[in-house]
Amino acid sequence: MTNNLTWVEVGPAANIPQQGARTLQTQTDRIAIFRTLDDQVFALLDRCPHKQGPLAQGIVHGHFVTCPLHNMVFSLETGEAQGPDDGCAAKVECQVVDGIVRVGLTELQAGLRHAG
Amino acid sequence: MNHVPANIKAAKARLVVIGNGMAGMRTVEEILNRTPDKYDITVFGAEPRVNYNRIMLSPLLSGEKDFDEIVINTPEWYRENNIHLYSGDPVIEIDRIRKVVISKSGTETEYDRLLLATGSDPIIIPVPGHKLDGVVTFRDVDDVDVMLGAAAKGGPAVVIGGGLLGLEAAVGLQSRGMDVTVLHLAGHVMERQLDPSAGYLLAQELERRGITVITEADTAEIVGTDTVTGVRLKDGRMIPADLVVMAVGIRPNGRLAADTGLSVERGIVVDDVMTTSDPAIFAVGECVQHRGQCYGLVAPLFEMAKSCADHLAEIETDGYAGSVTSTKLKVTGVDVFSAGDFSGGGNTEEIVFRDAGRGVYKRIVLEDGKIKGAVLYGDTSDGGWYFQLMKEGQDVTELRDTLAFGQAFAGGSAGNPLDAVAALPDDAEICGCNGVCKGSIVAAITEKGLTTLDDVKGHTKASASCGSCSGLVENLLAATLGGDYQAATVKPICTCTEHDHDSVRRLIIAKNLKSMPAVMQELEWKSSDGCHVCRPALNYYLLAAWPGEYVDHGASRFINERVHANIQKDGTYSVVPRMWGGLTNPRELRAIADVADKFDIPTVKVTGGQRIDLLGVKKEDLPAVWADLNAAGMVSGHAYGKSLRTVKTCVGQEWCRFGTQMSMSMGVELEKMTWGSWMPHKFKMAVSGCPRNCAEATIKDFGVVATDGGWDLHVGGNGGIHVRATELLCKVTTDEEVREYCGAFIQLYREEARYLERTAPWIERVGLKHVQERVVDDADNRKALFDRFMISQQTAQIDPWAERASEGVDAHEFKPLSMIAAE
Repeated sequence: MTNNLTWVEVGPAANIPQQGARTLQTQTDRIAIFRTLDDQVFALLDRCPHKQGPLAQGIVHGHFVTCPLHNMVFSLETGEAQGPDDGCAAKVECQVVDGIVRVGLTELQAGLRHAG
Repeated sequence: MNHVPANIKAAKARLVVIGNGMAGMRTVEEILNRTPDKYDITVFGAEPRVNYNRIMLSPLLSGEKDFDEIVINTPEWYRENNIHLYSGDPVIEIDRIRKVVISKSGTETEYDRLLLATGSDPIIIPVPGHKLDGVVTFRDVDDVDVMLGAAAKGGPAVVIGGGLLGLEAAVGLQSRGMDVTVLHLAGHVMERQLDPSAGYLLAQELERRGITVITEADTAEIVGTDTVTGVRLKDGRMIPADLVVMAVGIRPNGRLAADTGLSVERGIVVDDVMTTSDPAIFAVGECVQHRGQCYGLVAPLFEMAKSCADHLAEIETDGYAGSVTSTKLKVTGVDVFSAGDFSGGGNTEEIVFRDAGRGVYKRIVLEDGKIKGAVLYGDTSDGGWYFQLMKEGQDVTELRDTLAFGQAFAGGSAGNPLDAVAALPDDAEICGCNGVCKGSIVAAITEKGLTTLDDVKGHTKASASCGSCSGLVENLLAATLGGDYQAATVKPICTCTEHDHDSVRRLIIAKNLKSMPAVMQELEWKSSDGCHVCRPALNYYLLAAWPGEYVDHGASRFINERVHANIQKDGTYSVVPRMWGGLTNPRELRAIADVADKFDIPTVKVTGGQRIDLLGVKKEDLPAVWADLNAAGMVSGHAYGKSLRTVKTCVGQEWCRFGTQMSMSMGVELEKMTWGSWMPHKFKMAVSGCPRNCAEATIKDFGVVATDGGWDLHVGGNGGIHVRATELLCKVTTDEEVREYCGAFIQLYREEARYLERTAPWIERVGLKHVQERVVDDADNRKALFDRFMISQQTAQIDPWAERASEGVDAHEFKPLSMIAAE
């Protein structure tokens, strides 16, 4: 899956608040880009697998985010739900190069190919 | 000169105790347990107060305890046991010929038996300047008062002595905000209790907490003219200090005994039943020398007290055979344990276990297959087990492979703490301070029907001193009572901490913690930055504790409070402008209609709190929506916050033919006074203009119902899952009183309730009487609460919408990122 990614720059990591997130609208969906207290940056689709809650608006703690709708907790590293809950938030490839956040988009997300 | 016969009836033998400290009073307690009526008891104490737990001076200094919590025997206890107490009146002379003691005030008291428990004196190094103001020892409550006085001003402090007491003083002062340097003569701290490795780990931990440790530091002079300004070392270094604490050790106090001709060497010489060289005079505690040993720890004192009490009660006894001691450092978050001889060498072997990641170090010294000594750092949970094996002289050869992993791995008792405690033999010591073994605790539980930790403390003294064995005692209770035992333990806030809400609130104030990292560091949070449960709670507690000073931490707020609107199931938001007392006008209504049109807002609804709710607003539209509402004079209605929500009113005397008071204007006034205040949970009010109560004030957090002569004030109502009608707080007559009682009640709730606890469960927990005593009965306290509320309102009543609509606050919340470049 990582083979055909289109990497786009979305600006300095400093634009994302620590223990917070910003979103990125793509052609197909919205991506939540998180910055943790230890200054690592992660990305997930901004959609909780439970009831589609906007994960970018949750509380970020450690390498986890808590969905603002029903308090499900997801790992930012893997997207997996923690504790007794089942489910997995979709992980998006993401890296920081020279302080600039880059997100790896699929062809659909990048609008290079249209769905259907 | 006064002459007071100790007992006119002289029916009982007269026992006089010199020293109102832990050793003397423990001996008295042990005597009373054995023979309550044998002696007529008189106690002389040098300190002007009741008996307290001296080993709790460190928590007293750090603020984890207050004086009342460390009192052992209250004045009532002395009265109930018919003990004559002369506190603040030290004995200055013993006349052994006449069998009389003479106190400083001139009181003469006759004795048949005399017990000396004169304790020890802190050693003062006679360097130049040791008498300057600001140089103290760390020995009694007066010393702690001086230290707290200095700490209140902040500034640098020097502690001379890196032993047990010195380090506890250093940590206490540092937690009180002083800049502390520890000077220690030896090569590593606590060298009598720790080996160099554990000493190193401890010094590292202290440095991490901001305490400077200088070892091999030889003090030359304490510098200052009247008051201390610094300490000069022999190598010429100067360390500035506004306070110098000398904690270099103690020396048995045998002056009175020596003056009266008793045998005194380093301490007062006693035999195994604590008799001095005069058969009518006994001595216990730190002042004695027994078989050549002097002790400065609490456990031996209590063992002496038992032998002495046996003897005085004329019970046959084996006597005191000396103590094997173990040590724990009483510093929150630093686990250090040592026991026995761990110097190594000779025929000894050692087992060492290290885990650098967790900062754990364990060293067990063996000789002939038996434990000779142990040093534990970082994980001391097995200290008691090693100590037990050592005291019993058990052969541990078979356990050797897993010895370092502790009891859980040593076959037999499994990792389950209940099984472990059940597997202990009856003579296993549970409480090291008070020398209480498992058998006595279990016997007390079953025979006396004890069910709580406090019961056990009261009956057996187990865990009543330093408290570090309270977990073991609770396990014993659980193992003994089985399913009948309900642990009274408080529930931690979340898995990030062991602390419950109340202790966190208390420690935030006591330790002067003013930021989230400070709380997490000092209270030992187990996660790096908390979680969605504890962070919002801490943010609120800090806001409530330090109004105007603590900066709100947006990332620790639930999204609604971060973007000042209510998230809906589809990720859009609802917006509720404030309508004071539920009143609006055509201008506001037009503005609301215009906003709904302009931003294509799908739903407009009237709420239960008499407001208008705009539902389905897109997040990025929020600032613009607010700007338009602000322009029409409307501010945030805080319909999303743990804060004052709405004040609902009926039309009252303004319009209603039944109305007895102006409920609308009262509602508007209350809302103008209270809006913007953050609270443990949402808070709703209502004002009804007559007892018909059309505003439904009796299911609100604070409800006001007009009567003919004034207002009834109701509290603790709730219309949620569990409908709860309010309870009547009180009746008042003037509008001014309504405002003051309202502010005071809210402030009490803000200061005492736990985060996410509505007023209804809070009042059910603490009782209405608790609230009435503070808000109604005590006018001064009500005024003080009201004043604190109004002070916090000075920085709370800022419209969050205006800040975001026109001042760009938190702009990142409302704008998505954009793609800059594609490869």
